[in-house]
Amino acid sequence: MAKQYETVIGLEVHVELATKTKIFCGCSTQFGGAPNTHTCPVCTGMPGSLPVLNKQVVEYALAVGLATNCQINQHCKFDRKNYFYPDNPQNYQISQLYLPICHDGGVEIETEKGKKTIGIHEIHMEEDAGKLIHDEWEDCSLVDFNRSGVPLIEIVSEPDMRSAEEVIAYLDKLRLIIQYLGASDCKLQEGSMRADVNLSVREAGAEKFGTRTEMKNLNSFKAIAHAIENERERQIDLLEAGEAVVQETRRWDDTKEYSYAMRSKEDAQDYRYFPDPDLTPVYISDEWIARVRAAQPELRTEKLQRYKEEFSIPEYDAGILTSSKRLADLFEEATAICKKPKKVSNWLMGETLRLLKENGQEPEDLRFSPENLAKLVNLADAGTVNNRVAKEVFEKIFTDDIDPEVYVEEHGLKTVNDEGALRSTVEAVIAANPQSVADYKGGKEKAIGFLVGQTMKAMKGKADPGAVNKMLKEILSR
Amino acid sequence: MMQKGGTDVNLMDMTALALAKKIRAGEVSAPEAARAALEQIKRLEGTVHAYVTVDEEGALKQAEEVQKKIEAGELTGPLAGVPAAIKDNMCTKGLLTTCSSRILENFVPTYTAQAVENLEAAGVVVLGKTNMDEFAMGSTTETSAYGVTRNPWNPEHVPGGSSGGSCAAVAANECSFALGSDTGGSIRQPSSFCGVTGIKPTYGTVSRYGLIAYGSSLDQIGPVAKDVSDCAAILEVIASWDRKDSTSIKRDDCDFTSALTDDVKGMKIGIPRDYLGSGLDVEVKQAILAAAEVLREKGAEVEEFDLSLVEYAIPAYYTIASAEASSNLSRFDGIKYGYRAKEYEGLHQMYKKSRSEGFGPEVKRRIMLGSFVLSSGYYDAYYLKALRTKALIKQAFDRAFAKYDVILGPAAPATAPKLGESLSNPLQMYLGDIYTISANLAGIPGISVPCGRDSKGLPIGLQLLGDCFQEKKIIRAAYSFECSRTYEAPALAGKAVE
Amino acid sequence: MANIISDETIEYVGILAKLELSDEEKEQAKADMGKMLDYIDKLNELDTTGIEPMSHVFPVQNVFREDMVTNGDDREAMLKNAPEEKDGAFVVPRTVE
Repeated sequence: MAKQYETVIGLEVHVELATKTKIFCGCSTQFGGAPNTHTCPVCTGMPGSLPVLNKQVVEYALAVGLATNCQINQHCKFDRKNYFYPDNPQNYQISQLYLPICHDGGVEIETEKGKKTIGIHEIHMEEDAGKLIHDEWEDCSLVDFNRSGVPLIEIVSEPDMRSAEEVIAYLDKLRLIIQYLGASDCKLQEGSMRADVNLSVREAGAEKFGTRTEMKNLNSFKAIAHAIENERERQIDLLEAGEAVVQETRRWDDTKEYSYAMRSKEDAQDYRYFPDPDLTPVYISDEWIARVRAAQPELRTEKLQRYKEEFSIPEYDAGILTSSKRLADLFEEATAICKKPKKVSNWLMGETLRLLKENGQEPEDLRFSPENLAKLVNLADAGTVNNRVAKEVFEKIFTDDIDPEVYVEEHGLKTVNDEGALRSTVEAVIAANPQSVADYKGGKEKAIGFLVGQTMKAMKGKADPGAVNKMLKEILSR
Repeated sequence: MMQKGGTDVNLMDMTALALAKKIRAGEVSAPEAARAALEQIKRLEGTVHAYVTVDEEGALKQAEEVQKKIEAGELTGPLAGVPAAIKDNMCTKGLLTTCSSRILENFVPTYTAQAVENLEAAGVVVLGKTNMDEFAMGSTTETSAYGVTRNPWNPEHVPGGSSGGSCAAVAANECSFALGSDTGGSIRQPSSFCGVTGIKPTYGTVSRYGLIAYGSSLDQIGPVAKDVSDCAAILEVIASWDRKDSTSIKRDDCDFTSALTDDVKGMKIGIPRDYLGSGLDVEVKQAILAAAEVLREKGAEVEEFDLSLVEYAIPAYYTIASAEASSNLSRFDGIKYGYRAKEYEGLHQMYKKSRSEGFGPEVKRRIMLGSFVLSSGYYDAYYLKALRTKALIKQAFDRAFAKYDVILGPAAPATAPKLGESLSNPLQMYLGDIYTISANLAGIPGISVPCGRDSKGLPIGLQLLGDCFQEKKIIRAAYSFECSRTYEAPALAGKAVE
Repeated sequence: MANIISDETIEYVGILAKLELSDEEKEQAKADMGKMLDYIDKLNELDTTGIEPMSHVFPVQNVFREDMVTNGDDREAMLKNAPEEKDGAFVVPRTVE
């Protein structure tokens, strides 16, 4: 019988904050732009330049800290982390080591095994590095400092996770909290949220942690799950072979599904941290904390609870609606207009998610307005359009955010409610389909469906199928 | 009255304020003043070598523009039209800025240091960039990659450092005044060696934006000039609360020239006994005590006291300054600007070769020391210990300034050494900073004013230290002392008159 | 001399500081650093128990900028200083194998 191993995982999550400017200079954080066009003497490490802290960075970091139940270091300061790399223009990164802004917090996650709290060791503020582009043809790399100095928070968890499932639940939880706060859009693919995985294995029941490795370059939940599985097996294989796990940083190659050590003699991991003499300490007063706390928007857990109570939405639906800030905002805003929460929820849970899936999009990519969704709900609810037409109109809203009232009017899509017109069409259909009529009268209930279809076709879809059905039965039962 | 186009050496004999006054009065033009300075530079640079870069064309162009503004009444300040020199560790847009290092041999900044911008806004004409110890590391200006600067009083001797070029340029009349920077005495010590006056202001008074950092927590820009009045006026212009420098301090007491009164009655002056010990040259000691006597006669209360901790300032300083320097100088890597080695294999060799070939021995020595004291396992024992010592030194000054308005002492233990004497023993050279260094650790202001010459004819400087933000007290004391004597220029500065 | 700097230490510090010293320079650096550390050890004579390390001499805090874009594009002037430039970027030896 092989030994049982337990995986111990801690995460270092980097989140790019949604500020307009960089952390220490007035350069734009806007994505894209030709190389080095969003730069200045500060974020390119020009001699003599000096950093000045962007206040909004502290506000966001504080908000995330409070939302993740952290203690706040009211006196915090910045330190220099010294290491040479071309994407790091000063060859030191301004970060926080000795007094990070937040510490000792945690969030609750839910997995199939139940609820669990993942501890947060600390959250610190720091600057992002520039980008290296590797030249395809020549033996060189190109340095672009547009991202250099973009503000980050690094959220360091305790080694509390035991599986990829827990890791993903934790990341999802963080993502939602931070998105709800508006502190970042947290897009893994675009790198505005990045996770480094610290992983070790130990024999089940062992007290001490094993030697851990740090895995970098994980750009999707899929990559994270694969990397965890891969590294777990690698470490177990080593231990089984009687070898030691080396504490090192490894880089995950997603295409090869394989990681390799980044260690070299020239990269001594000795960062010589010391307080940055160019920056003064930050003092966060009780009033400041109170103000940020008071301004904190409703977070997911509270929102979920409220949806169940206020709108009588089932737990499952409330869970999905609140799984994205954008979905939740659409739901609330459309409901506020049409006052039909259940119907709005149905449109979001059904057609909206279906179309997102078809288009390979995320809820954050939704562009239609709550006003137009609310109008459509009203049109369908009043029977002004039938269900089929409503779905057709919704697709237009989804892609082009059209005004459904105008659209229905212009395309003549209103349900015909003229009793006389409907009756004469139904009678004509009966007359033209004696076989189906006979089938129905002979007990084939299904035959009525064909007759409804024929009637709808004759009415060019603008009838209420329920009304047609009712009228057919009434006439045929005579 | 000067003759236009003549040898205007007398223009350079004048203090900056006196020259500006003549320019305002229309007796001399700013371009004439700039030309006079440039002629003096041409005449003496072969001997003195105070400059790394002389920007003749730029200076004349700037002088023309300033002259127009003066005539249009747009520039009315006390320094408008005066030609000045800038230490080569302050960024000047479009003008080579080397820190006297090979690693910045071709660096042309895209922006101008705030202190220099303040000067330019006041109508000061920038002549060029002065030589210094490489990255301000040194006390003799011999560690420059661009040759040594010689002391105008005796070219066999050093001008001091690291602002040796600035001080020599002022002494040799190669500019009306200059800016220097002071991390451990780098304005005060060369001022003393060159017989000129220099102020290191309270930390945070002059913006460091654009000053290429050596020891960020210690660096301050300050004026070097012929007398205290000039220094006060220059400091008034360069001091500013700069939002680009987080350590810049908002002050509303920067009217330094208001302190230029010949009155020290009742002023309490303390002389640290620790400053008069065995390390001090006898002639320097005599000159300092004589200066103290002058102030006593003018009504100051002078007494000796124990400052304490003086001998700990140097080890604390070299730990802190080297640590900060090791980090500050890591940006010089051959990627964004400056020197890159010609041959290398791969990234790390490129870094190592560029830096090893680009930095001189003294800079490398301090980067190595600084990297070591911050490295894993040594941070607490060395770096934090030094920061704790700094706190104790600050406390010692706080206690002293509770009793005294001004602390009086020498700026350096001896007068300027001969060229080549100092570099062979770095530690011995470091000890020469003993009287100046603690002011940087405590952030307090200090001034060096000439107070005589030794038997070799070399100038001696009197140092006056004040409490934080008390520049006016040291300016008043220095001015009162200065009123008792006349300014002496080295013979070389006036030679062309013959 | 109390502080003896080993070859390994000088090698290690050279890696940290990205400096390559010749053998002669290494010997000199070992001697210089040892002497300086001996000198710095003088600080151990001082009792600093309970003394807070002082980074900044003045208790200035909360120096902030507002989150407003103030910088334009300075790329051309900046790149003129680059030892090697291509397509608006700084060129370095290839960073990954």
